[in-house]
Amino acid sequence: MLKARNVWWILALVALVLFPLIETNPTYTTIGIFTLIFMGCATSWNMFSGYSGYINLGSAVSYGVGAYTMALLADHLHVPGNGDLFWLIPVGGLAAMIVAVPVGLVALRVRRHTFVVITIAIFFVFQLSAINFSFTGGTSGLQLPLIPWLETNYNKPFYYSALAITVFAALLSVAVRRSRFGLQLLAIRDDEDRAAGLGVKVFAVKLAGFTMSAFAVGMGGALYAVFLGQIYPQFVFDPIFDISIALMSIFGGLGTLTGPLLGALVLESTQQYLTIRFSNGSLYLIVFGALFLVIVLFMPQGIVVYLSDWRSRRAARRVEGARVVVGEAS
Amino acid sequence: MNGTAVLHSIIDGVLTGSVYALMATGLTLIFGVMNIINVAQGIFVILGAYLSYALSVHLGIDLFVGLAITIPTLFVVGIVVERVFLSRIKGPERVVMSILVTYAISLVIEGVLNIVFSANYVELHAWYVNRSVRVFGIYLPYIYLLGFALAVVLLGALYIMLYRTRFGASVRASLSDQTSAALVGINVRRVSTVCFGLGVAVTAAGGMIYGATNAFNASSSYDLISRLLVIIVLGGMGSIGGALVAGIMMITIEDLVSVVWGPVWSNLAFFLILVAVLSLRPQGLFGKPSVRVA
Repeated sequence: MLKARNVWWILALVALVLFPLIETNPTYTTIGIFTLIFMGCATSWNMFSGYSGYINLGSAVSYGVGAYTMALLADHLHVPGNGDLFWLIPVGGLAAMIVAVPVGLVALRVRRHTFVVITIAIFFVFQLSAINFSFTGGTSGLQLPLIPWLETNYNKPFYYSALAITVFAALLSVAVRRSRFGLQLLAIRDDEDRAAGLGVKVFAVKLAGFTMSAFAVGMGGALYAVFLGQIYPQFVFDPIFDISIALMSIFGGLGTLTGPLLGALVLESTQQYLTIRFSNGSLYLIVFGALFLVIVLFMPQGIVVYLSDWRSRRAARRVEGARVVVGEAS
Repeated sequence: MNGTAVLHSIIDGVLTGSVYALMATGLTLIFGVMNIINVAQGIFVILGAYLSYALSVHLGIDLFVGLAITIPTLFVVGIVVERVFLSRIKGPERVVMSILVTYAISLVIEGVLNIVFSANYVELHAWYVNRSVRVFGIYLPYIYLLGFALAVVLLGALYIMLYRTRFGASVRASLSDQTSAALVGINVRRVSTVCFGLGVAVTAAGGMIYGATNAFNASSSYDLISRLLVIIVLGGMGSIGGALVAGIMMITIEDLVSVVWGPVWSNLAFFLILVAVLSLRPQGLFGKPSVRVA
């Protein structure tokens, strides 16, 4: 027996699977790939930051580490430009997790507010290191082997890899949410001192969550590197990425499962479309910032919660109306 | 590498560090009074630098004279930002929301600056920018000395305002405990708004010196804000003295590392110091340990 909610999930998944088969224009499938990468990353980010309330504004560290791991390994292992590159995507995720451990050990020593500041600072250290060190290729970045596929099929393998990452992140997020570990993260969000008093090993739980959430983000970065064939420090360690991921999750609804997926779906596809349409980076910054301000100031709970609130308010009003009518009749 | 070079880098570090200390003081004052982390501080510095640039290029106004216009302008910008956006943020996630809102504000300003001034790097010019004075065999650029003097004057003014005036007493009361301050009749809202204005206004001076010592464009704000954030975390969030000490200390160490091991390592030194200090004192050098409030 299928619940109505699960039917919607399956329909959404089928639609996503069918999309590149129906829409073959590479412009739109490219938008699809970026959107899916962001859906996966936002979901994974939300699994730690949304559940625990520790807002990580340095998630591009994981993304960049994934991308650089992919580029460096492809080069040093002499991986030919074919499907073999895709096996390195999980390796990029693992590298992001490994890097997340020391970062977490430092950043998670402090409480929420300072944590946000430290993640921003650590992010810039990574970006500057990628620019300054020679093994990363400096500002000219790194090249990946080109994949000589047929032009018409080019996007499909990337699209389905991105979809796989997103599905993985969503399933992991659900599993965490339903587990004891997920409850501990939520307890930390609600009251960290009380959670500690009740025996939650808060530091270990935070560190585990932080590290786990780096995995899918690192895979997203690795896929991005293969897809574009070239990476630059300022595009993989991108401050806009940090803020976009947070914005998408907050826009959709922080700490919910649907929120980050929906937020990324709406915002990233719009953003890609606007970039293709107007190709003016500065104008995009202004629109993006302004949109962000509107969302944070007027719908701080996110659209998922906003809409369900609105629905329940409407239902409440209807009940209230009915009560008035009944009251008058009696 | 020799002794003179090391001494030189220490002196340079103290002189430029004082300007960073000034900018960080604004940031930490805002955090201490309002519990808001103003991530837009970096772009405000650049905005101040561009204002000085526009005044000196288009109207021929001297950089230091121009401060009489740019400081009040940024004060007003700060007040407007606080009134329109920040005062609307409420609820338990206030600090995090403030970071996101100021981040968004900085994106918007960055986009506008890119359109108005283009993304090409510019520098501020004046007769004292490229000259230096020789003291005991060390060449000190005039602009470093002037910047140091300006930072000292403004920090002194801030000190007098905080410790010798009635308004300063209200600010210090709000810094230590907002609720009690409100209970004894201090208008915490007004204090917050003015403090945000002051915290932003100091960036006009910082931005002018920054623009005269570095080539900059709108994205230089990222480099600035990362340094300023590290400085206030190290000094202890909300501690003004901490911001002063950490500002001068960090920039001096950065200059030293750059001279001794090369500029590539100076950014990492920044990070390693942060790690070391936070491992020993999570609340920063001069911060109060976090206590449970509610």
